[in-house]
Amino acid sequence: MNAHRRDVIGRADGTVLEIKDLEVTFTTDAGEVPAVRGVGFEVAAGEVVAVVGESGSGKSVTARTILGLLAETAVARGAVVLKGSNMLTLGARELRAVRGDEVSMVFQEPSTALNPVYTVGWQIAEGIRAHGKVGRKEAKARAIEVLRKVGIPEPEKRVNYYPHQFSGGQKQRVIIAAALALNPALIVADEPTTALDVTVQAEILELLREVRDDFNTGIVLITHNMGVVADLADRVVVMYQGKIVESAPSSELFAAPREDYTKALLAAVPHLGRHSASEGMVERSGQGKEVLVEARNLSIVYPGRLGTPSFTAVDDVSLHICAGEVYGLVGESGSGKTTIGRAIAGLNKVSAGSLKVFGYEMLDFRERTFKKLRQDIGFVFQDPAASFNPQLSIGECVAEPLLVHKALDARAARRRVDELLEAVQLPAAFAARFPHELSGGQRQRASLARALALDPKLLIADEPTSALDVSVQAKVLELFKELQAELGFAALFISHDLAVVDMLSTWVGVLYRGKLVEEGIGNQVMGDPQHPYTRRLIASLPVPDPVEQALRREAFLKAV
Amino acid sequence: MATTTPTALGARKPLWTRLPIVSHYRMSAGLQRGMLVAGLVLSAVFLLTALLAPVLAPFGFSQLSDAQGNFPTQEPPGDKFLWGTTVSGFDVYSRTLWGAQTAVAVIVVAVVFSIFLGVILGLISGYIGGWLDRVLVVLADAIYAFPSLLLAIVMSIVISQGQSSLWGGIMAAAISITVVFIPQYFRVIRAETVRLKAEPFVESAKVVGASNVRIMAKHIFRNATRSLPLIFTLNASEALLTLAGLGFLGFGIEPTKAAEWGFDLNRALSDASSGIWWTGVFPGAAIVLTVLGLTLVGESMNDLADPRLRMRRKAKRRGGKATA
Repeated sequence: MNAHRRDVIGRADGTVLEIKDLEVTFTTDAGEVPAVRGVGFEVAAGEVVAVVGESGSGKSVTARTILGLLAETAVARGAVVLKGSNMLTLGARELRAVRGDEVSMVFQEPSTALNPVYTVGWQIAEGIRAHGKVGRKEAKARAIEVLRKVGIPEPEKRVNYYPHQFSGGQKQRVIIAAALALNPALIVADEPTTALDVTVQAEILELLREVRDDFNTGIVLITHNMGVVADLADRVVVMYQGKIVESAPSSELFAAPREDYTKALLAAVPHLGRHSASEGMVERSGQGKEVLVEARNLSIVYPGRLGTPSFTAVDDVSLHICAGEVYGLVGESGSGKTTIGRAIAGLNKVSAGSLKVFGYEMLDFRERTFKKLRQDIGFVFQDPAASFNPQLSIGECVAEPLLVHKALDARAARRRVDELLEAVQLPAAFAARFPHELSGGQRQRASLARALALDPKLLIADEPTSALDVSVQAKVLELFKELQAELGFAALFISHDLAVVDMLSTWVGVLYRGKLVEEGIGNQVMGDPQHPYTRRLIASLPVPDPVEQALRREAFLKAV
Repeated sequence: MATTTPTALGARKPLWTRLPIVSHYRMSAGLQRGMLVAGLVLSAVFLLTALLAPVLAPFGFSQLSDAQGNFPTQEPPGDKFLWGTTVSGFDVYSRTLWGAQTAVAVIVVAVVFSIFLGVILGLISGYIGGWLDRVLVVLADAIYAFPSLLLAIVMSIVISQGQSSLWGGIMAAAISITVVFIPQYFRVIRAETVRLKAEPFVESAKVVGASNVRIMAKHIFRNATRSLPLIFTLNASEALLTLAGLGFLGFGIEPTKAAEWGFDLNRALSDASSGIWWTGVFPGAAIVLTVLGLTLVGESMNDLADPRLRMRRKAKRRGGKATA
């Protein structure tokens, strides 16, 4: 960036953004719904303000209002003053002039925020050329420059690459580069790391920190992840139901939250190393008990289509799950953890090696012969919204396993459903409701009830809480723990979140690109990881405590 | 977007408000509501005419004489013959009204047949997959590749074999339309089934151990058929056009068995050049208005079912300004 441009960013008063009494109302089929109610905060140059809150708190709507990106059905009032101009009253042409130049945005999903049919260089240059007369060559030169700044290796070559030639983390870097191209005073980052793996997340957070320090850019960080907040934010704004609950400097908020809501929110965040399920254990809990699932040199290959090579999702994995223990399987996306879970449930075919489920060899899988064993396996899916048939009531959904496996009459099934709902702490009246009438947490409880309907010996939980808000997640995990202790089923708990896995499982396996790199008692794996990948994984996980996180960050940067 | 829509947690809305057209009407606004209402009115007039034809029509559809003797031919519109008479002496007004009845019968039979077969084939093909799926898809594509009217003509010759009684004619027309429409329902249901097959709730049923038939009947069928009312309305107008086309080309129903607009138009061809307008205009207008009405209903339902296309009443603006 040239010197002239740097001067343009007026930092005289230091305040880049000022939001006053912002109210946003949506018109929906159910009438008017207020999404943001009287929100106000300021962002200074070179400051990272994190807006945190659970889904529905209005944080994303607030962020979009800053760029003047609101749905047609929304009406906003109040003031969003960006460097002296009110974004709510600007016309379309003025808005276009401001976007990119003064404020830009980093989106949640890097793979959809880039246009797949243009090179990344073209997409960055497009923004540059939209503001002021810049030649094609010069725009490209500047695109290369920003790509270098965000740490893309060989930017001269990569500038001509298409988005699919980059990894997820690199794509997010490209998006940040595009956001930086005109050196805006403010960057709005809406969940910039939610779609990324935790090791990549650490790198992107580091990059955002550099952007703040090097360009003195103000950053509004929208996130639900308190670890990310602790890592990056200078100041935190906590939102709940469209209102600001608390606003404080980061260190203050984490050390001494004032409001009850903030306290509860922070308490619900799982913290690696606290409440470990395997605390004080020296021996595997299922040692010597019956082995329910045994994988020996298991490989699962997804066959390629014509012209594309096949993909090995699980590569030579050996593990076993004993009766009554919770086996935690962690790994990043693409590590094969879900594939293993699905193979045990007979949803995926096994390619090589051996996978024995209750002694049944899954290599010779036949639905007819396996059906009997299905009643001993419960499965909890990741997305509670999609795992219920929208046309059936919760009661009917929970009763489904009973009707399939046991010839129960309607009244007996009904009684059992009531018992199950009570076990997962849902009122019996919920049986008559339909899935869309329940909240995410309630649906996941119902999902648990369905999985436990036949008293299975093994429960497979595939990221059961990753779609839930932290406070809801805490309650569901608590329930899961109680039920497991009470009913004594074995569980395969699959998650990408190390802290969650540590809270629940006594025995942990770490998967990396289809291989099981480490296995052991939970607190030992987390406390003293042996494999370099596990070490990197654990070091990159941000903890919800700014002071501790600063230390961990230094250790992580040293390690990389 | 972090918006919440408050869902009524209490009892479900009463059944009648969830019925296809009623629920569409309730969420419509502005121009979209106008289109829907116009379509509904035209369609209602069409259905009522069909229902009340015996009461409304002064003469039968094949009546050529009454107590005062034979009807005159090519009589211009007047007191006795409201819309005039045709070259064969039929009363245009009566035949246009009776024609609605034939049209309704053909549309209902054709659409019901094609829905049944299309849905069953689509479910099986989409869920089972494999070679059966491939064969059925190729077959459906092959039928698609034929000009639909040509296919309908061939079918009507094969089915009716020259005879054309009332129900024989209606069935021939309906079945030939069915053959043309089955691929449409088949494709829609198959595509939905393939999508739903990968949904977690279907996988969940699989994990539970439900049989294929149970999964198809209980879990997929009800979710896959939600777009049917929409195709139904759009196809109804197309069925009517195919019927009229068949009649116009002379493959329809004999005038003595039932009134049929396409046939009447065909007979009006030679009249048009000699200044006799009434024999062609009225059946033609009946076809146009009915198709327009059905299409308006179908298109409105299509737009209303998609939240992105649906118009909403604007929130009241108080100060500030909305930016899109």
